[in-house]
Amino acid sequence: MTYFPFIVVAWILAVGLYGIVTSRHLVHQIICLIVVQSSTYVLLLGVGYVTGAVAPYYWDITVHTPAVDPVVQALALTDVVVEAAVTALLCSVAIQAHKRFGTLDPQELATMRG
Amino acid sequence: MTPGQRRAMFLIGGAGLVAFVVWGLLGLPGFGHYPGPYGFIINRFALRQTHATGTVSAVNFDYRGFDTVGEEFILFAAAAGVATVLRTLRGERERSPADQAADRDAPPTSGAVRMAALMFTGPLVVMGWWLTSHAQTNPSGGFQGGVVLATAFIMVYLAGEFLVFERFSPVDVTDAVEAVGAGGFAAVGVAALGFGLAYLTNFLPKGQVYGSVSSSGTIALISFFVGMEVAAAFILIVVELLDQTLLIRGGG
Repeated sequence: MTYFPFIVVAWILAVGLYGIVTSRHLVHQIICLIVVQSSTYVLLLGVGYVTGAVAPYYWDITVHTPAVDPVVQALALTDVVVEAAVTALLCSVAIQAHKRFGTLDPQELATMRG
Repeated sequence: MTPGQRRAMFLIGGAGLVAFVVWGLLGLPGFGHYPGPYGFIINRFALRQTHATGTVSAVNFDYRGFDTVGEEFILFAAAAGVATVLRTLRGERERSPADQAADRDAPPTSGAVRMAALMFTGPLVVMGWWLTSHAQTNPSGGFQGGVVLATAFIMVYLAGEFLVFERFSPVDVTDAVEAVGAGGFAAVGVAALGFGLAYLTNFLPKGQVYGSVSSSGTIALISFFVGMEVAAAFILIVVELLDQTLLIRGGG
């Protein structure tokens, strides 16, 4: 049994969180959030993997061919869509923050009152 | 709190979090040892039940269809949210760059960019359409196809002027397409109720040939609606973000 992909998950999560905490720019912070979310893709696809199995598309293979779990792959798709939606919203909030306060540094934004 | 202190705080808390996450992940049944049973059951029966060779799409648009309705409306709400957050605020007005400096021309788009963008537009439309219409057979579907279709419109923007892009995808039409896409998915589900079946039951004839475009009943139909919705939502979001470059603040 190998756990390497799951260690990668924890690593991506930690790196992304570190980026969010130390970021000095809202857009950079949004990208760090995307990194955090990317760890869930690796986790989902890692959980559903079966050693030696193929993709669950029965176009040119028979039903009895071992294939990986399609449920987690569908969940990863949902994950991507949610990430796109969240990123779009956060970007528009960042634009408004810049318009209002003239800065995108979270440190400076925290000390400002509009 | 200074950035240094914040980093120190995070390193302590983050180390604890990562320790717990790793502890939890090590309780999983090892990479490559998926225990089942759901994936195996679906892999075994999806082809027979839905006539879709693309099992992931079968899960997305049939077995787990109700979830996907929610997923689609998340994107719908996000596009509406972007439009709301980026509305024209008090003291802002739109202007075209030409009004500001009538004596100067905007730098023209370079010929190489124009050519490349126009070359990609056609193939992107074909590819987006193919992905949208082959959810039931291949690794594709409405979500992927919709994004590629939206990219084709963004290529038009890259190739020319923003105003041409806006003429290509007028906001009213895009709004309507998005609404039809989102509503169509929900309506397919409601249609099943009319036959006395559960919401989003795959009630259409599933076709005789496994893996043909006309197979799999509502999966293909839903994928088509999702493709419309996603393409329109992404075009709307991009138009809203690009609109910001035309805004000026204050009376100026």
